[in-house]
Amino acid sequence: MIKVLHEGIYNTIQDQGRFGYAKMGIPTSGYLDAYSAELGNALLNNQKSDAVVEITFGQGKFQFKKPTVFCLTGGDFSPKLDGNLLEMNQVYKAQPDAVLSFGKRNSGARTYLTVQGGIQSKEVLNSRSFSKGITQIRLQKNDELRIQKQQPISDTGHSRVKEHEKHFESEDLACFAGPEFDRLNDKQKKRLSEPFTLSSDNNRVGYRLNEELENDLHPILTSSVLPGTVQLTPSGKLIALMNDCQVSGGYPRVLQLSEYAISRMSQKMAGEEVRFTMQDFNL
Amino acid sequence: MNQYELTYKPFGTSAILVEWPSKIDENIIQDIVAFENSMEKGKGILDTVIAYNSLTIRYDHKIDYKSEVAKLKEQYKAKNKPAEQNSKCWQIPVCYDTEFGLDLTEIAETKKLSVEKVIELHTNPSYLIYFLGFQPGFLYLGGLDDQIHTPRRASPRLRVAKGSVGIGGAQTGVYPQQTSGGWNILGKSPINFFDITKEQPCFAKAGDRIQFVSIDRETFHEIAAEEEKGNYELKFQSL
Repeated sequence: MIKVLHEGIYNTIQDQGRFGYAKMGIPTSGYLDAYSAELGNALLNNQKSDAVVEITFGQGKFQFKKPTVFCLTGGDFSPKLDGNLLEMNQVYKAQPDAVLSFGKRNSGARTYLTVQGGIQSKEVLNSRSFSKGITQIRLQKNDELRIQKQQPISDTGHSRVKEHEKHFESEDLACFAGPEFDRLNDKQKKRLSEPFTLSSDNNRVGYRLNEELENDLHPILTSSVLPGTVQLTPSGKLIALMNDCQVSGGYPRVLQLSEYAISRMSQKMAGEEVRFTMQDFNL
Repeated sequence: MNQYELTYKPFGTSAILVEWPSKIDENIIQDIVAFENSMEKGKGILDTVIAYNSLTIRYDHKIDYKSEVAKLKEQYKAKNKPAEQNSKCWQIPVCYDTEFGLDLTEIAETKKLSVEKVIELHTNPSYLIYFLGFQPGFLYLGGLDDQIHTPRRASPRLRVAKGSVGIGGAQTGVYPQQTSGGWNILGKSPINFFDITKEQPCFAKAGDRIQFVSIDRETFHEIAAEEEKGNYELKFQSL
């Protein structure tokens, strides 16, 4: 069991997401940086579907109540176990009562705490991902996270895996033309290829960008949106939707981020730059 | 059965957006629902999303767009079942008492109608459920009488109670959860529109209809108590 000592800003349990319920208006949810979360599960030989803890901005403190095999992937916020600095992407075993905490930011925005066997919280509609109205919204102080009985770690074969360095450094977000991309004029399309910066209004629902595009597009009849859909709002600002977005919306959908680009974007902070790099569908 | 000229678009690398003519139309939504019903779920299809004039199919893998679209076109041609299969018209009890209907009197005054007339106009139609979205269990309904179309309130309320029945412009609907909102509130339904403890958290689906039935405060509290215990059986007519 893992006990939440400090709840942080917005820490949640996430798996791949909740599928098959969009017709009821239920968002997808799921870890934002799938690349890092999946790396964590892979390092521990977990199932791909195992649930992890998503820790935002390195805020939060956890205590392992039993011997626990774990690793940390994603954003590096100087993690410490009982005050001793840990490396990212390295498998560790915590002793009972050991405390996991975080410090200075070195990279990213979201850190994934993965334990051997996955977090065993209650499944609701086939997923453990937190989602408003379906599960609790976020972890609270004194929450107790159930985990599976831990197997001993073999001391071989657990070399530190390096995360793709550019995952955190590059500002490039691979994307495709969205359903309404063709309604943009050449000037608008050109602006889309230039850099944008993240506003401070960014969370699991969506990332608003600071710069404005000239916008003469009409709203569309409410239609579906997906995680990674980039909408052009009436003010001319763009919103890149993330996994907790609603299932539908009425703003023109100008771009669609690649799945990997969602992972990369979710590790950016306010003020940081991103650049949309258009890919061909190769139809 | 209607056959429309559909437009197919890639939506990222693992989803396809199918579009019908861009309008709010009962025949279109029935056609979308029929098409969606004809799809075999689980065979690489992760999820489907219905909206006014579109159907999005999400796959669990990167797709070969051309061959998937070809498959969808065949499926659309082959589908000929009427969409109204298993469709229901749900009888939704609503208490239009001013205790709950915070804006009822104001709407009546603005429209120069009696409160009774506003309630009559709101309970007469059977509203078509176009799709669910915005919040889990929120129904996009069509068919509001234009005599009671009412613009959204200038400043939204921070808290609108769960079950509140409102009008926003040409739309009417029920808030499935407590939320902030700018709709004008006419009354409140004791029915849960989204109940996560049930195997089917939403009783209603796209293509169904609902009709509001006016109840008094006493009945409201009776039904609310029954609903709390999970004993209330919502009435419906099969269409």
